[in-house]
Amino acid sequence: MQPFKNINSRVVALPLNDIDTDQIIPARFLKVTDKVGLGANLFSDWRYFSDGSPKPEFILNKPESKGAAILFAGDNFGCGSSREHAPWALTDFGFRAVVATSFGDIFRNNSLKNGLLPIQVDPTTHTLMHELLDELPRAEWNIDLEAQTLTLPNGTSVHFAIDPFAKTCLIKGKDELGYLLSFASQTAAYEQTHHKQQVTA
Amino acid sequence: MSQPLTLFQKVWNEHLVTQQPGAPAVLYIDLHLIHEVTSPQAFTGLREKNLAVRRPDRTVATVDHAIPTLPSKDGSVAGRLAFADDLSRKQIAQLETNANQFGIRSYGPASSQNGIVHVVGPELGFTQPGMTIVCGDSHTSTHGAFGALAFGIGTSEVEHVLATQCLLQHQPKTCEVKVEGKLGTGVSAKDIILALIAKIGVGGGIGYVLEYSGSTIRALSMEERMTICNMSIEAGARAGMIAPDEVTYAYLAGKPFAPQGAEWDAAVARWETLPTDAGAVFDKTVTLDASALEPMITFGTNPGMGIPINGKIPTTSDFSESSQQAALEKSLLYMGLKAGDPILGHPVDVVFIGSCTNSRISDLRLAASVMKNRQVAQGVRVLVVPGSQQIKRQAEAEGLDKIFKDAGAEWREAGCSMCIAMNGDQLTPGQYAVSTSNRNFEGRQGKGGRTFLASPLTAAAAAVTGQVTDVRTLLDE
Repeated sequence: MQPFKNINSRVVALPLNDIDTDQIIPARFLKVTDKVGLGANLFSDWRYFSDGSPKPEFILNKPESKGAAILFAGDNFGCGSSREHAPWALTDFGFRAVVATSFGDIFRNNSLKNGLLPIQVDPTTHTLMHELLDELPRAEWNIDLEAQTLTLPNGTSVHFAIDPFAKTCLIKGKDELGYLLSFASQTAAYEQTHHKQQVTA
Repeated sequence: MSQPLTLFQKVWNEHLVTQQPGAPAVLYIDLHLIHEVTSPQAFTGLREKNLAVRRPDRTVATVDHAIPTLPSKDGSVAGRLAFADDLSRKQIAQLETNANQFGIRSYGPASSQNGIVHVVGPELGFTQPGMTIVCGDSHTSTHGAFGALAFGIGTSEVEHVLATQCLLQHQPKTCEVKVEGKLGTGVSAKDIILALIAKIGVGGGIGYVLEYSGSTIRALSMEERMTICNMSIEAGARAGMIAPDEVTYAYLAGKPFAPQGAEWDAAVARWETLPTDAGAVFDKTVTLDASALEPMITFGTNPGMGIPINGKIPTTSDFSESSQQAALEKSLLYMGLKAGDPILGHPVDVVFIGSCTNSRISDLRLAASVMKNRQVAQGVRVLVVPGSQQIKRQAEAEGLDKIFKDAGAEWREAGCSMCIAMNGDQLTPGQYAVSTSNRNFEGRQGKGGRTFLASPLTAAAAAVTGQVTDVRTLLDE
C-alpha cells in the first residue's frame, strides 16, 4: 500500500444513493486471481454500451474525469457484496478518496486497506458540496489527511472524522497485517484458555 | 449481579484477544470459511510474505460461486467443469491448490458435500452458537442464526485471518429487531426479512449488529432463521443474530462436526448462557408485526424496494427527499415499471429457486408443494438449484426433483448459480425473473436482467402462472 499523500484534484460527481459494489464492478469481472487492471471495468454496465464502446454521457467517460482522484457519491456508497475488487477497481482507475454521507461497512474496511480514503460528511454539508459541484464542476478540492480537512474551491474547510489507527496506516502506507502478527504470543495464550471449539481438520 | 449483556456483547467479549489504546480490538475468529472468488489474492499475499495459515483446522473451503450447475451427461466433475470458462476453471483449480498446499479441509466440486459456503457450514455442523465466523462473502451473516457473530470480510481481511486467526474490528452498535405475531398462510421467513428491509431501508442497519427476537422468531425453524439472518447485510447491518434455543440444539445434534457425547453436553451448557440477559440494553429497537405481513416482492433495484404482493409500486410523492425520488425513478426506468402500478400479474420470463437465502430442503419442499401436479407456464424457464449436494440427495430421496422435472423445471447441481450469475446461469437483457435470492441490483442476475425478489412459495407460484402471483390464491384451490 502506497502512503496516502494530500490530494488536489477535480471531483467526479456520481451523487446517487445506495451505489452497490455490483455496480462498481459487476460479478463477471471477479473471475481473476490477481488485482491487476480492474479499473478498466469500473462501473462497467453504466460506462459502456453492450458492444464495449463508452457511453459518452456517463461521467467517467467525460474528459474532465480523466485524472480525477476524488469521487463524490450519495448515501450508503459501496453497499452489498464484500468484494474487495470494488476498491481495487476504484484505485486502479485513479481514485484516492470517496465522499459520501455513509458507506457500506465492508466497503469502508476494504477501502482503508487499499489506500482509498472514505470521507463521511453530514447531509447538510453534502448538499452544499453538491451545489458547489454544479457551480464549479472543474474546480479542484483539497484533502489533507493529517489535518483531516477537505477544502472546497470556495475556501470552506470541512473537517472529517477518521479512526486514528486507520489514519496512521494510511499515512504510513502500512497494512494492518504487521500489527496483527505482532500479537502472535497473545493469540497463542488466548488459544490456550479459549474453550475448545469443535472445528477440527 | 454483573451487568446484563446482549447476545452480541457476550460473543464479542469472549473473543477479545487484546484491545490496545487508540486501536481497534483484536478479535479471535473461530471459523473461517473460504471460497474460490475472494480468496486467491489472499493466498498470494501469504506466499509473498512467506506466511503459513495459522489454524488450518479452523478453516474450511468450498467452491460455489463459479461452479457450473448444469449436470454433465456422465455425471462426472470434469464434465461439469467443461461448462465453465477458462478463468473460472482456473479460479476453481487455484482454490484446490491453495487448500492442498496450506492444509485446509476443502469441499471442492468432487466432494459429495460440496455446496454453497453458507449452506455447507451449518449442515455439517461447523457453524455453532457463540462462535465468531467470517468469510469473504457478505452473506456470512447467515450463520448468525445459530447465535454466532458472523460477518463478511474483504480479501485483505481473509489474508489477515489466514495468517493470524484474528481480525481488527471496531465494536458495532446493537439493534434489537422484535418480531411478534403468527405468520399468515403463504407468508414465510423471506417475507419477514423483505418487510424489515423495506421498513428500515438498505442503509438502516449500517454500524449495527441486529438481534432478531420475539415470538415469531422463536417459532421459526433453523432454516427459516438462516433466511432472515442471511439478508441482514441487505439492510446494511454488520451481522444478524438469533439466540440459540432448543430448535438450534435439535438442528445441530448429530451433525458431523458438532460436539458429541460429553462434549455435546458441555457445549449446550455453554450455549445456554448466550441469550441476551433480561435488562440488557440495545442501542436501538425496531419492531415488526408478523401477523400483518403479506407475501412480499421487490419492484426495484435494491432489496429495500419491496411491497406486499397486492400492493402498488410507490410514486415519487411517497418520498420527501429528492434523492429518494431520483432513486425510485432510476430503478423504475431500469425495471421497465410504472410508478403507481400494481405488480401482481406482471409477466415473468425466468424463475430462480436457489441461493444461500433459499436453497435448503425446506425451501425446496415449499416450492414443490406449489408446483406439484402443476406445469410451468408456457415460455417460462425455471431453475431449481439446491444449496448443496447433500440437499440435492435429500430432495431426490423425497421425490422433489421429480415434481420439479415433471412440472418442466430444470433440476440442477448445487451452487450459487443465478444469484450472482458468474457460472453461466444468467438472465438475458430485459428478462424478468422472480428469484428467491437476496439481491435485485442492476445486472446482478445477468447484464440487463430484472429481478423481483420473493419467497420460494411466491417464486413457485410465478413458475406455474407465468406472472407475479399471490401464492395464497393457489393454496386455497
